[in-house]
Amino acid sequence: MSTATAGAAKDQVGRLLRLVPYLHARDQVSLEEAAQVIGVPADQLDKDLRVLFLCGLPGGFPDDLIDVDLDALEGEGVIRVSNADYLARPLRLTPTEASAIIVALRALRSGADPDTREVVDRALAKLEAAAAGSTPLVDPGDDVPGTLALRAQLEDAVRRRRQVRLTYYVPARDEESERVVDPYGVVSHHGVAYLDAYCHSADAPRLFRLDRIHEATVLDSEVTTDPHAPRDLSDGAFGGDEATRVTLLLQPEARWVEEYYSVEEVRPRPEGGAEVDLLVGDERWLQRLLLRLTPYAEVLAPAHYGDGAADAIRRALALYDHPAG
Amino acid sequence: MSASKTERLLNLLIMLLVQRHYVSKNRIREILYADAPSTDAFEKTFERDKDELRSLGVPIEVGQMDAYFDDEPGYRIRADQFALPEISLESDEASVVALATRVWEHARLAEATTDAVAKLTAAGLELDLGALEIAQPRLTADEPSFDVFWEATLARRPVTFDYRRPGYDLPLTRHLEPWGVVRFSGRWYVVGQDTDRGEERVFRLSRVVGPATMSGPAGSFVVPPGTDVREAARRLAPSVPAEEAVVLLRPGAGAVLRRSATSVESDVDGPDEETPWDRLRLTGAQADELLAFGPDVYVEGPPALRDEVVARLRQAVRAS
Repeated sequence: MSTATAGAAKDQVGRLLRLVPYLHARDQVSLEEAAQVIGVPADQLDKDLRVLFLCGLPGGFPDDLIDVDLDALEGEGVIRVSNADYLARPLRLTPTEASAIIVALRALRSGADPDTREVVDRALAKLEAAAAGSTPLVDPGDDVPGTLALRAQLEDAVRRRRQVRLTYYVPARDEESERVVDPYGVVSHHGVAYLDAYCHSADAPRLFRLDRIHEATVLDSEVTTDPHAPRDLSDGAFGGDEATRVTLLLQPEARWVEEYYSVEEVRPRPEGGAEVDLLVGDERWLQRLLLRLTPYAEVLAPAHYGDGAADAIRRALALYDHPAG
Repeated sequence: MSASKTERLLNLLIMLLVQRHYVSKNRIREILYADAPSTDAFEKTFERDKDELRSLGVPIEVGQMDAYFDDEPGYRIRADQFALPEISLESDEASVVALATRVWEHARLAEATTDAVAKLTAAGLELDLGALEIAQPRLTADEPSFDVFWEATLARRPVTFDYRRPGYDLPLTRHLEPWGVVRFSGRWYVVGQDTDRGEERVFRLSRVVGPATMSGPAGSFVVPPGTDVREAARRLAPSVPAEEAVVLLRPGAGAVLRRSATSVESDVDGPDEETPWDRLRLTGAQADELLAFGPDVYVEGPPALRDEVVARLRQAVRAS
């Protein structure tokens, strides 16, 4: 046999092991409907059934074979299978399948209100029983529940093409501001969720971190900009417009920056620090970062980019050294 | 061979499933592999067929045909091991199970969830999407080593990997018996027994450098009974101070601190008179986040936090 058919035969067996119990639980099913449920084109399912027809008990008598009603299949497009009681139940869940679905349900649980949580708990108990013994030691963690509800609200606004009023915290400026946006969609990057939207205050598309949206109200007004798919953040295409390439010298204590932000280049220094290049769109953002990293980071280039932070550090120290009054 | 491969695989499965006892290799060959040109060819094909069925999740057992003669292996599939146990879900339970298929943003696990639901559907479950309004979480796992740790946790196989500690350039090779993986704030961690150090440890998957590899057979170690991976990860992770901090803020500054404050007192005396000051009480405040506000924040206490902030500011000024 050729190697090309090796995987195909296995997949076909996998499908038949789902198809037979599915048919067994229902009296008769149309080819179209079964194809949809099993997730293959109808003509493939037709081929599957013609193989099934040749399988059965090892006796070799006609009665030993699984009976597929080919007349019904060819005539009415209806599937009837009998004489296959031993395949009436689907296969057990594999450890990966059981774990994947249980972890997904645990994640759903963390975002649910108490009523839904009770439903999820019931479903989880039944699935964990069915997965007997392979209950996974995987914990999806608690997303901040507020963020989940917010996400649902924003996705609903995207679907209904409604504008949203946001109260948004901008750490670079340490201020909250209100703005009206046309939401494009919610996207994730490195586990952080963002709303991609057209911001009417900035008159430009902007990304908003969900955990910094302090309030969101879906308005009755329709969006006024053209529909737009949310941007793909996977290639690190983070608002690169008008960004300045800044080189920082980081001490070991500050090197978490390399993982936390999307950096262009890291050049380790022999003494344990590193030179890091990153794109900075907003100088005030950089100043906050430098203050936060005090005294473990300095700006190497461009010149004077770190002056604002240095001045702020001197004034902060003065509060402790020369308290007034 | 004349019969199609699918036919042969399915016939093998049925043959082993319907027999109460082990079926001998000879009988299997006689019935299903009669046209194999040689014993070698039969052995090779039969081995591959068994592997393929097992990879679908079919539990083929190997045993001895006869208690007195150990030279003839036999095979069987126990119906109770093969079949999905009886499971009946109420319609609302079925709705949340259907929603579960949309949670994973990780190709392999999204597919595994869909496959699980397909089996449940085959067992008679009627899925009803959209019957339930629920906030829909998404699970991502971008870390390249995630799949290996996931797999190794399920199979209980040790993992070898290079790990870069924060602040160090050179990764060290680590050997771990992974007990479980756990997510905190969108990042995945693995908890387990570090066999070089003989202690439990937690590792952040994003700091694993290069490929992680599994070694040893499945079931190589036992997870200590009662292990709570989340609790272990929290215990082993660097601690977050829980002590209450008292800080002064200029009005309008530090909106994010104000939101987490347990109390805010307005218009109090501060270290200068440029502006009035507000006094906030905070739990879990760290020097980093306070330093970010520069001269708009003044730390009153506790002394350790205040000293750390002042020392870091002083060091920066001295260096400049």
